[in-house]
Amino acid sequence: MQLRTLTDVRKGWQLYALFALPLLYIIVFKYVPMFGNVIAFKQFTVTKGMFGSPWVGFAHFERFFNSYEFWRLLRNTLSISFYTLIASLPFPILLALGLNYVKHERFKKTVQMVTYAPYFISLVVVVGLLFQFLDPRTGIINSFLGWFGVDPINFMGQAGMFQSIYVWSHVWQNVGFACIIYLAALAGIDPSLHEAAVMDGASKVQRMRHIDLPGIMPIAVILLILNTGQIMETGFEKILLMQNALNLRASEVIDTYVYKIGLVSQALNFSYATAIGLFKAVIGFVLLIVVNQTAKKVGQESLW
Amino acid sequence: MQVKPIRESGGDRAFNIVNYIMLTIVLIVVLYPLVYVVSASFSSSYAVLSGKVWLWPVEPSLDGYKAVFKNKNILTGFQNTLFYTAAGTLINVVLSILAAYPLSRKDFRGRNKFMLLFVFTMMFNGGLIPTYFVVKDLHMIDTVWAMLIPTALSVWNVIIMRTYFQTTIPGELLEASQIDGCNDFRFLLKIVVPLSGPIIAVIALFYAVGHWNQYFNAMIYLKNPQLYPLQLILRDILVQNEVRIDMLGDVKSAAARQGLRELLKYSLIVISSVPLMLVYPFVQKFFVKGVMIGSIKG
Repeated sequence: MQLRTLTDVRKGWQLYALFALPLLYIIVFKYVPMFGNVIAFKQFTVTKGMFGSPWVGFAHFERFFNSYEFWRLLRNTLSISFYTLIASLPFPILLALGLNYVKHERFKKTVQMVTYAPYFISLVVVVGLLFQFLDPRTGIINSFLGWFGVDPINFMGQAGMFQSIYVWSHVWQNVGFACIIYLAALAGIDPSLHEAAVMDGASKVQRMRHIDLPGIMPIAVILLILNTGQIMETGFEKILLMQNALNLRASEVIDTYVYKIGLVSQALNFSYATAIGLFKAVIGFVLLIVVNQTAKKVGQESLW
Repeated sequence: MQVKPIRESGGDRAFNIVNYIMLTIVLIVVLYPLVYVVSASFSSSYAVLSGKVWLWPVEPSLDGYKAVFKNKNILTGFQNTLFYTAAGTLINVVLSILAAYPLSRKDFRGRNKFMLLFVFTMMFNGGLIPTYFVVKDLHMIDTVWAMLIPTALSVWNVIIMRTYFQTTIPGELLEASQIDGCNDFRFLLKIVVPLSGPIIAVIALFYAVGHWNQYFNAMIYLKNPQLYPLQLILRDILVQNEVRIDMLGDVKSAAARQGLRELLKYSLIVISSVPLMLVYPFVQKFFVKGVMIGSIKG
């Protein structure tokens, strides 16, 4: 066995040579940071370095759990995630089901082409667009509301509206792209099912309900599992762009907080920020495993 | 699936009508903001400010674009972004092929372990601060490398590519080549890569979009404004609303200045988004393939 391994490796040295560079990347930029998380258990200072800094055990975690910020961050993170998850599930499916029954190829292509487009717009531009449209003085939304005698609303300044603005602009940007996978799944459904249903006099709504929907359910479940496992990952780069002092109450999430504590605040605290980040990563990892195990038990598809 | 029934029932005809109406509404909801931005960018500053633009340009003018092209920061940002996108995507694609090909070979000893090593990084992230320190310790802060190397590889894209190699490059081809004395380097370069055009195009587009739209890494890793990518400059202007007076040229009155400021934003949005909008329709036909392959369990 040992001998075979060695000869295999020697015979396949060229494959290892190809693989060396990507492997190096993964180790340096993914695994080294993972071990860099030890500073979460230390009182890290740049002068003393990672090894010289004293251990403090779970002090940073305790401080975080007992802090006033903890529950607010957790609540915002989870509510933005769940809101996004729920709101972005049905629309791509409905769009795919609808497109599937369009006979005019040109119309179908146009809808696809247009709905994919926002996916390629940068987050900076999307947030810039939101600011332009929602501006209290020059924004088109407020001009429109003005016709009905509604006073200008400072949308971005209202904490209560932050999450809805975030989520629905996310749906706007991603619905087309997310629908691709469902269209592909619909294309994979055996046509003879539809033929048989038509012979039996099934209407389009019935075919949609009893053939198409069950056909794309496995994919929908997989995606739901995948996204539930990512529940701690909020669209942090976009939230950061949308944040301001007025909506911070609803928009501060774990990731933005880590960024501020660790990289921008006046009194940087690397260890504390790392501890919060590690807390998030561990919860996310556990969640992914649990969700996948549950899905396996229920008998649905699992990820691995 | 399109199955043509003998004749459509009334219910089906009603379904069609509702379906077309719904899709048209979706089309308008997605399209309208985009059309509005383009129209506003070609209107006069007065028309934009007074909310006269609804669908088509009002009092057509190119003032916004002139202001954009007069601005040195924006032009430098544009050049930087072009460089980061081209160089970054090249690095990404080469590294992805280098990673994906060995992982697709059944005789690559240890491939399951390597695969686990790669996939695990998707489930457990090192985190922002530790990653920042790695980049810092490698002395990449405030250099172009910070924009290219930390994002050199996406494991997700490696998996997509590996699955493509496994499903489209027949094993017989490798055996035949090996009998003819072809080594792995040559086989990859002369046979695998030429056969993988579609997947390379899709992956390259995904990476390129990532680079083009990247602002966060630039924000944390770069301090020298000469290295700023376009998105960071866009962020200052669109999000932070920091339009410097000298950007607006010799416009005197406050109202005109305010108008030009808004106009500049719309023009900037159009200019920064057009390059990707021009490229993606050409790669679009490969999307389904790329997205589908990614969803197959590997």
